[in-house]
Amino acid sequence: MQTHKATAAQPARLNGSVVTATDVTRRYGHGDTAVDALRGVSLEVARGKLTAVMGPSGSGKSTLMHILAALDRPTSGWVEIDGTRLGGLSDNAITKIRRTHIGFVFQFFNLLPMLTAEENVLLPLSIAGEKPEKSFFEDLLRRIGLHDRRSHRPSELSGGQQQRVAIARALVSRPTVVFADEPTGNLDSKTGGEILELLQQSVADYQQTLVMVTHEARAAAIADRVLFLADGRIVRELECAGERDVLAAMEELTAL
Amino acid sequence: MTRVALRGLAGRKFRASLTALAIVLGVAMISGSLVLTDTIDRAFDRIFVESYAGTDAVVSGASSDIKFEGETAESPPIPAALLDEVRAVSTVDVAAGSILEQTAVKILDRKGDPIVKNAPTFGFGIDASVSRFNPLELKDGRWPTGPAEVVIDSGTAEDERYGVGDRVQVATVRPVREFEVVGIAQYGGVESLGGATFAVFDVRTAQQLLDQEGTFDAIQVAAKAGTSPEELVADLESALGKRVTVRSGVEQANEDSEEVAGFVTFIRYFLLTFGFIALFVGAFVIFNTLSITVAQRTRELATLRTLGASRRQVLTSVLVEAFVIGALASVIGLFLGFGLAKLLNWLFKLLELELPTTGLVFATRTVVVALLVGILVTVVAGLAPALRATRVPPISAVREGATLPTGRLSRYTPYIAGVLVALAVALLGYSLFADELEIAQRLLSIAGGVLALFIGVALLSPKLVRPLARALAPVSRWVLVGLTGVYLPVLYGAWLVSEAVTGWTLGAARRAVYLLGGLLLPTAYGALVALVLRVVAGPVPSWLLVVPWLVAVTSILAAALLLLSTPVLLVLRARGAREVFARPAFERDPATEQLARENSRRNPGRTAATAAALMIGIALVTFVSVLAQGMRESNRDAITGQIKSDFVITSEDGYSEFVAGVTDAAATAPNAELVTDVRQEIGQVAGAGQNVTGVDPQQITAAYSFEWKEGSDAVLAELGRSGAIVAETFADDKDLAVGDAFTLRTPGGRHFTLTVKGIYEPPPFYPLLGAVTISRDTWDSLFENARNRFTFVNVPGEPTKEAKRAIDAAVKKYPDARVQTRQEWIDKEDSEFQQFLSMLYILLALSVIVSVFGIVNTLVLSVFERTRELGMLRAVGMTRSQTRRLIRHESVITALLGAALGLPLGIFLAALVTEALGQWDVQFRIPATPLEIFVVAAIFVGIVAALLPARRAARLDVLQALQYE
Repeated sequence: MQTHKATAAQPARLNGSVVTATDVTRRYGHGDTAVDALRGVSLEVARGKLTAVMGPSGSGKSTLMHILAALDRPTSGWVEIDGTRLGGLSDNAITKIRRTHIGFVFQFFNLLPMLTAEENVLLPLSIAGEKPEKSFFEDLLRRIGLHDRRSHRPSELSGGQQQRVAIARALVSRPTVVFADEPTGNLDSKTGGEILELLQQSVADYQQTLVMVTHEARAAAIADRVLFLADGRIVRELECAGERDVLAAMEELTAL
Repeated sequence: MTRVALRGLAGRKFRASLTALAIVLGVAMISGSLVLTDTIDRAFDRIFVESYAGTDAVVSGASSDIKFEGETAESPPIPAALLDEVRAVSTVDVAAGSILEQTAVKILDRKGDPIVKNAPTFGFGIDASVSRFNPLELKDGRWPTGPAEVVIDSGTAEDERYGVGDRVQVATVRPVREFEVVGIAQYGGVESLGGATFAVFDVRTAQQLLDQEGTFDAIQVAAKAGTSPEELVADLESALGKRVTVRSGVEQANEDSEEVAGFVTFIRYFLLTFGFIALFVGAFVIFNTLSITVAQRTRELATLRTLGASRRQVLTSVLVEAFVIGALASVIGLFLGFGLAKLLNWLFKLLELELPTTGLVFATRTVVVALLVGILVTVVAGLAPALRATRVPPISAVREGATLPTGRLSRYTPYIAGVLVALAVALLGYSLFADELEIAQRLLSIAGGVLALFIGVALLSPKLVRPLARALAPVSRWVLVGLTGVYLPVLYGAWLVSEAVTGWTLGAARRAVYLLGGLLLPTAYGALVALVLRVVAGPVPSWLLVVPWLVAVTSILAAALLLLSTPVLLVLRARGAREVFARPAFERDPATEQLARENSRRNPGRTAATAAALMIGIALVTFVSVLAQGMRESNRDAITGQIKSDFVITSEDGYSEFVAGVTDAAATAPNAELVTDVRQEIGQVAGAGQNVTGVDPQQITAAYSFEWKEGSDAVLAELGRSGAIVAETFADDKDLAVGDAFTLRTPGGRHFTLTVKGIYEPPPFYPLLGAVTISRDTWDSLFENARNRFTFVNVPGEPTKEAKRAIDAAVKKYPDARVQTRQEWIDKEDSEFQQFLSMLYILLALSVIVSVFGIVNTLVLSVFERTRELGMLRAVGMTRSQTRRLIRHESVITALLGAALGLPLGIFLAALVTEALGQWDVQFRIPATPLEIFVVAAIFVGIVAALLPARRAARLDVLQALQYE
């Protein structure tokens, strides 16, 4: 149960990392009302692995993901994606990084209602002005299980199917890293399980680096590595943990 | 990205088409104006080209080249003997003399009144034996050959159902006479001459009728084969010398069409102005709508950003959306313009301002201009929302309820607005008061100033929304309650009908109430319509004056009915009856009212932009109405200040000169104590074109009062042969003092030296006499045609109806002469002025309609945005009618905001322009009634705009609304 324990003070650094954070802090507001969401987080995300970030609500896990994914800027510290430091980049440069390095899976899917499933999947490519590689794309659709739903609009799809579209959309440009923000948060448990399986499978099939923020132990259990966040700090780390290990770790955290 | 924008648009068809409507009307107006004026242009072209189609050269009197206020003095006639000289020229094949008169010949309708519609009434003397010179085409009958025969135009023939063989009365310089219609003619290819008419006589008859014995107005010449028109012109010039003007047919056609072309161009720009105003208002609507949709799509735009869309791509996608809306709207508007052109023509006809037309002309230029302008305006209006869209941060994709960040510049908006308003006022001041500006320059800077003023005030108005909405909310409430009194009869009426259809299920007492309501309905609405008509169409027939009384009575009755029904309804409701009116109208509904008030204040920018669109329309009608009121006052004062006589005789149209014989005819009236007339024509005086009037020095002071600057009435007796009285402005302009001499040149080519005997100061707004006044005897000896501007008549005692009848009878043989008292004349001018004003109102109404779409748009979009909120309100017990009331209330508050901003702005602009027109002594008067009506109209706009959105809001399914994302 305690086998994969790591001390909180040590930075979580691994070899072959594609995303690194160094001493990241994030403060919201000023003066008396200031809130420290992150209080010095350093971490590395390993290439081709599924990393989960877990923590109770208010622990700063969402903020961490936003900063890792260049959606938000740290108050201090810095983030590198594939060797490029994000701080101080222009909007255009960050846009370029998003196109080549970053994919997103959202809790509320964020599909465009007027486009078909296929068009939604292809959107990142068409925004970047690229053409899909035919065989890869067909293979992706088949693996994701969308080949017979490709001309449906999001409103004609179930929640699980919509999230499949979103996953395919995140994978289609073969980004350096995919960020998934509570991907099962808006789904029932059966569908959620299917989606988790799909994510795990995608990491394996495409050696896709994936960072997932979640508060569900079941979701974290599919990860190669789980980082536990509390009060804006990484307090624990597990590798290849089972659902029960994760649950126990969480319980310990909340008991603190 | 473009596909996303287009698909998004396709997914919001209803909202997109509402948005597009804002541009459609403006483009339609532009395309309609162009189509109509092109059509008029072509008709005139046809007329002129056909007039000289078979003519190689035209010989006419030596041009005097005297111009005054855009009018050119007519060339003098040429002696008939010249025809033989022309025929003697070796290269001449055929030549014929003709008579062309533009004003004096008037065909009478079947009631005996002259047909006059603010257009020329032509009289032709045509030598029909030389058909190649004849511009007209016979539709029926033959050409006239004797003193009792006439051919008339097909338009008049149709309107008055005159046919070949009918007898028709025609007024000329001679007393009215009866002729036989022997033919009906028209200009080939010209469908309608507009308001113009023509009567064709043989040349000899025309000469007699128009006092032109022994003269022609023109000689048409055809060259022998092998001689070019240019050679012919040269030959004729060398043969005839300087006595005449010789032009080739083409030159003459160009010369004739030049004047008209200027007029048509004026109308084109006049109409286009209203198109541009509507487009400007439309731009506000587009700006607002796109701003709202961008705000509503924050999450979608942020998602696109996370997927790698750059700012430029976001910008492009919003602009593409604007472009597509603009393009679609412009295409629709372009074709709608066809219909509008017909409508405008119909409007002109209604106001007796119709111009000649042919089949509608659809020029490539129309297509290009309409599309270009429509698209450009839409895209420019979409620029600001598009720029805002680029500032949506990607993180909004993961945040619930993310809102658009306020712009970097928004902090400075009030300052920018302040600077803009200051700039606008400065620009307006410069353009209105600076001397020596070109007209085009002046107009451009006025347009720029007004534009900047509107935008500046619109930018400032978000600051005003909160306090104004607070102040206006109770007004809106009482207005709505009050209006319920008016529209309740409609509901009663509707129920009456539905009950009658389904079989009576009501008790006798209620049936009686409904019946009463049904009876009140038409009266109430008749009253409203009449009230509006009173403002739009001016003085109304006396029987309509009953109407305001009916309004009052109906309103009181309806209000009483409401009051009485309140306890009844309360009791019924207490007993659990499911009634039509779940809530009595007079019962307060504070929750709904508060929600509405807060709603209109919670997004001040949006409310302000919506109200600003209406503000523009209201400001412009207010401006027009205030300025018009001032001008009307000035006109009245000018007339009462100058005219002393009991009666004034003018031509039927009020401004043309008329036959001098009228004076002698009027003198035969048994009660005529004094009859004196005023001759008038353009002459070249001291180097400039001016009106030169001739008066009887002995009698004029009994009819006209001179405001002497130097001299007195005694000066008139000393006028003699060469004395002149000049207006002060003219004297100043030409540096003339009493005793100074100056020269007069007449259109006929006579030169004469005059001496200033007195200087007077006529009211600058409407001086009735010309800048130079001489004795009538001198005048008659100098000018070719004795034509009167006025004939004044005094009678003993009061100018009674009987007295008028006697004078009427005396001048009956000159049907173009209109006898009226001073007051009648003022009234007539007022009503003509009012007619013009009505046209302005109608044209400005276009921009008000556009702003209605703006309000509808905003409301529809906010209902959409607030779906969840509305669902919640419904879930906690708000009824459908309360939901409707909520939206309606909000709409009326917005509309009242528009009025509250527009009225002062319009009054301010009118004050500015009045000040600028100071030299014409325009007064500043704020007319109460029209302004009140504009406020009522604004409220009406609010109610109408709320109809559809309120319906949508009330129909929301509660459950679905709650789950709506």
